[in-house]
Amino acid sequence: MLTESDLQRKSVQYRKELLRLIKGCGSGHTGGDLSCLDILNVLYNRILRVSPETCKSPDRDYYIQSKGHCAEALFVVLADKGFFPKKDLETLNRYGSHYIGHPTRGVNGVEQNTGALGHGLAVAGGIALAGKMDRKDYRVFTLLGDGELAEGSNWEAAMMAAHYRLDNLVAIVDRNGLQITGSTEDVCQLAPLDEKFEAFGFAVQRCNGNDVGELVRALDTVPFRPGKPSLVLAKTRKGKGISFMENVAKWHHGVPNDDEFSRAMAELEAAEAALA
Amino acid sequence: MEIAKANLEVFAATLLELARQDSDLLVVTSDSRGSAKLASFAKAAPGQIVEVGIAEQNLVGVAAGLAAAGKNVFAVSPACFLTARSLEQIKNDLCYSDRPVTAVGISSGVSYGALGTTHHSLHDYAVLRAIHNIVIVAPADNFETREAVQAAARSTKPVYLRFGKKPMPHLPRVDSGFELGKASLIREGIDLTFLACGETVAPAYEAAELLAREGIHCRVLSVHTIKPLDQAAIWQAATETGRLITVEEHSVNGGLGEACASLLLQEGIPCRFKIVGFPDDHTVTGNQEEIFRHYGIDGTRLAMTARQLSEKQ
Ligand SMILES: Cc1ncc(C[n+]2csc(CCOP(=O)(O)OP(=O)(O)O)c2C)c(N)n1
Ligand SMILES: [Mg+2]
Repeated sequence: MLTESDLQRKSVQYRKELLRLIKGCGSGHTGGDLSCLDILNVLYNRILRVSPETCKSPDRDYYIQSKGHCAEALFVVLADKGFFPKKDLETLNRYGSHYIGHPTRGVNGVEQNTGALGHGLAVAGGIALAGKMDRKDYRVFTLLGDGELAEGSNWEAAMMAAHYRLDNLVAIVDRNGLQITGSTEDVCQLAPLDEKFEAFGFAVQRCNGNDVGELVRALDTVPFRPGKPSLVLAKTRKGKGISFMENVAKWHHGVPNDDEFSRAMAELEAAEAALA
Repeated sequence: MEIAKANLEVFAATLLELARQDSDLLVVTSDSRGSAKLASFAKAAPGQIVEVGIAEQNLVGVAAGLAAAGKNVFAVSPACFLTARSLEQIKNDLCYSDRPVTAVGISSGVSYGALGTTHHSLHDYAVLRAIHNIVIVAPADNFETREAVQAAARSTKPVYLRFGKKPMPHLPRVDSGFELGKASLIREGIDLTFLACGETVAPAYEAAELLAREGIHCRVLSVHTIKPLDQAAIWQAATETGRLITVEEHSVNGGLGEACASLLLQEGIPCRFKIVGFPDDHTVTGNQEEIFRHYGIDGTRLAMTARQLSEKQ
């Protein structure tokens, strides 16, 4: 099992691979990828009971990425976990490739095709409900963007998850405070998200979603309350790890130019050295 | 013709039979079990019905999740809401993600009559035809309904089943079998063919009976599967009878008629051709029967249309 410092090193390694991938294919949701990478790291390296060997088992844990636009981050982690050869990612966004800008089931390890926001929580709820019916022990995790929560379908799914007492369902909100246009609170106020989800019947925990230790401690204790779906309100920074991308809305979608790329990689090298 | 049950009732009864044989079969409803005639299903198999509330997007999303975990799911809601409000869920969560859920659109077309356009589904064939990986089925009578429900339960692809709520006659049929994607021959004829689907097959058959008395012998095909279309049966009808009238409880834009027209034109099969359906206009008010008559979808008016098409050279 990876220790907290192993996970920290992984996070830096993943960020380097992510930037290389985005630079290489010339496209990517860089800001949101970087904000959720620590969450994916902790999920796949510490929490999820799923591996390339078990990813078709009816007893596996499920992960549904509702914020599908951050496919690059998911691909980096799935490749590292051996769901497919890393080399496959060289075909990202290329003609005929399964590796495209949103997750699809053509990629080993991906559970559901996403990309239109507001779908993941309902699908995850359906899988969780089937688990309850069949008395299975698996858990279902889904990652939502914060801007995504303006989609009403999330709240339909939230109502149902609480109604059916789906404590095998864990929703994680990547609370980076930004969407395409700017601050989520300026676009259409989301706060207070914890109270909203609590009112909808979730047990809520806040954590720093860019701190692997805090994420492990939160996700290790799900369900937070028996009989309730869990919500992790993971406070993150969009563009996390690259100083000039952090909390800058324009990096929602964007590829660093050569100079930006070398500066970014230098920052990550320094972060890596500091952890060594 | 002897009037039997509403297709919906046969759907509910067939589903219950299937549920008794397969504990993984689930029906998901959105405050729609009453209108779907599923109250007795709910009583008989309470563990196999899931209620999501008035939340059609969630209905389809949850159905996809249940299917992902191995369940054989029928998601049931009025066709008007199911194929509009939750269209994106049908497109992405079912079709694109390859989840073989059966989406059941009840009280379809103008079955809801005077409830108005909010409750009508005259767009569903058109939108679903343009989405890859879904079979579109509108059974004509109780027999086809039962067969279609069973076939949908076995399907490895998403299926859209469309039912009205009016009691339907037992249609005589030349073919005794039923296969998704194969039109059923209801009546043989050499002068003209009616290609109809769902609740319009019965009036097409009535028209054929009226015309037979005048010596015009019409073939009637129940094109219960709108996608994939039975191309061979349509070619054959065009070549052998030279005149085709399509009849559907749907907009003339993008439905059965245009699907047939596209096929014939691209294959270069010449024939006289008429699409009967709902024009691009606000739908007239009234009950289903009145609305049908207004748009020429009854035995008498379809016979008139057939005579006109037969006269034209
Ligand atoms: C239904 C839908 N509407 C719009 C979009 C376009 N879109 C992609 S990402 C995005 C912003 C998402 O913001 P947020 O959920 O906060 O994600 P993050 O900040 O983590 O990138 C939008 C509007 C979409 N993918 N789906
Ligand atoms: Mg955001």
